[in-house]
Amino acid sequence: MKLGFLVDLNLCMGCKGCEIACKVENEVPLSSWRLRVKYIDIGTFPDTSRSFTPLRCNHCENAPCERICPVSALHYLDNGIVNIDSSRCIGCAGCMMACPYGAIYMDPESNTADKCTYCAHRIEGGLMPACVVACPVEANIFGDVEDETSHISRYIMEHQGAVQVRKPEKHTNPKHYYVGGGNQTLNPLAHERIEGYGLFNNITHLDTLGDPHHSILDRFLTPIFGGHNDHLKNESFVDMPNEAGHDSHEEGGHH
Amino acid sequence: MDHVSTIEATKAVVTLDVALPGIIWGWMITLNMWAKSIGTGVILVGAFLLYRHKKEDMPNLRWMMPLISFIALNVFLLFTLVDLHQPLRMVNIFLHPHWTSAITVGAWMASLFTGLVTLMALIGFFDAHPDLRRHCPLANGCRKVSGLYEKVFPFVVFLALPVTMYTAIIMAQSSARELWAAPAEVIQMLLAAFMVGSASLILISGNWSKEAKRDLALILALSVMFSFLMYMGEYFFSYKAAEVEATLAYIHYGGSYNLQFWSAMVLGYIIPFFIAWGSLKDENRIMMKFAAVTTLIGLYLAKSTWLEIPQMIPLS
Repeated sequence: MKLGFLVDLNLCMGCKGCEIACKVENEVPLSSWRLRVKYIDIGTFPDTSRSFTPLRCNHCENAPCERICPVSALHYLDNGIVNIDSSRCIGCAGCMMACPYGAIYMDPESNTADKCTYCAHRIEGGLMPACVVACPVEANIFGDVEDETSHISRYIMEHQGAVQVRKPEKHTNPKHYYVGGGNQTLNPLAHERIEGYGLFNNITHLDTLGDPHHSILDRFLTPIFGGHNDHLKNESFVDMPNEAGHDSHEEGGHH
Repeated sequence: MDHVSTIEATKAVVTLDVALPGIIWGWMITLNMWAKSIGTGVILVGAFLLYRHKKEDMPNLRWMMPLISFIALNVFLLFTLVDLHQPLRMVNIFLHPHWTSAITVGAWMASLFTGLVTLMALIGFFDAHPDLRRHCPLANGCRKVSGLYEKVFPFVVFLALPVTMYTAIIMAQSSARELWAAPAEVIQMLLAAFMVGSASLILISGNWSKEAKRDLALILALSVMFSFLMYMGEYFFSYKAAEVEATLAYIHYGGSYNLQFWSAMVLGYIIPFFIAWGSLKDENRIMMKFAAVTTLIGLYLAKSTWLEIPQMIPLS
């Protein structure tokens, strides 16, 4: 069994439902993403189009992240998933330097590397990955690429010649395929990131890696004494008293 | 907006994406590589000098060489540890080693190397200072096993080679950054060790014989020359894949690392080469020390540039 993913970019409408489903299912902390949908604009006005590309771990058959991990925190499962054991990770970021797809992040809560696992916990229970379930147009297709009767295998056969992987020249043998992609959507060097072009914000780069409040001293003390970064948990944002809202309510009462 | 005219018609523009990580391996890893080059370089250059000259020509080499190496290796190990986001789990490299990883193999070799260098430093130091701590059991124990120094030394020299070069393998395994995967990097690492190894020994070679100092100047001149030629060859003449070309744009004219790169070339390579070459005929002690310092600074800047520019380009 070799589990794989296929995204039909012709179907994807950029709703980011998969991105949110992934965030919720895996409790991915703020400033981190296991799956993201990138928007790019192609062409010259008035002949322009917007393309949406979901990007996640490619679960490579020849995974550089697995090879470079010094403690086997990154490891293969029997079904082909490249899984990660955060409790073993030493946080060297070697996997982040090895992954040609930029799919690994440093979790700011645990200060360990993390990434998409194709929702391995759901697969084990016979469920589909959260992003597949959430997709309203079934652009995400998931299944066993070694089973020729599976949906994904039939989809690949039906679209022969149009199925692509990202960066095939890296010889990583990704198990994540795209239909309807092109150089501009799949090659990061074929598009530019220009300040001022972002739809909602202009933040192009993170200031820090992992927890910004995790000082060098904290790295040694937190595992022993613990609890320094409770303020960063997603729950803390939910429970946070909304003072701004309260103030504005009071202010509103005056008018 | 001015930048509209700069977008190539063939290029798309990212209009919505998440913030990407910037420099992941920063100054701590630069310092790590730089210190390791010193730690192994002094051993390699010291071994060559001991092979070529009598011990009396370099009276302080026997204890200063392992001591410098010991200090540099501890700087290297300290910053390796501090750069980890979970430093206390470093022990997992020894408890759960993953042998396909150059990080694992390197950590084991560097630990063994540091252990042997520590032994040599202790023996060398207490042998050179017979009146120091005469009643200390450790000092006396070291003096008793003085002969172990010469027995361990060949293994240390042999181990210094892979310990110097394994970082190039780590970088090659970091396959996301093509600039690091150049086969020449193994040789660049070795040349870097000879550069800063000879530079460090120049700083302590005040009372050495002229012949030994001339050899030091020759090693410095040759290592900076070959290293510089390799950089220039790669920069100007080699075939570059698209990703490497995009990476090197940061050191081209107008690139954000242009000044740092050429400062590194001038300080670390061009200045030391001419001073060291000149010193072969007519020794100038002050200028040689100046060249040693510029070499140490230049190599740090070169390593920093080489480490950071591939991390600037987006991977997805």
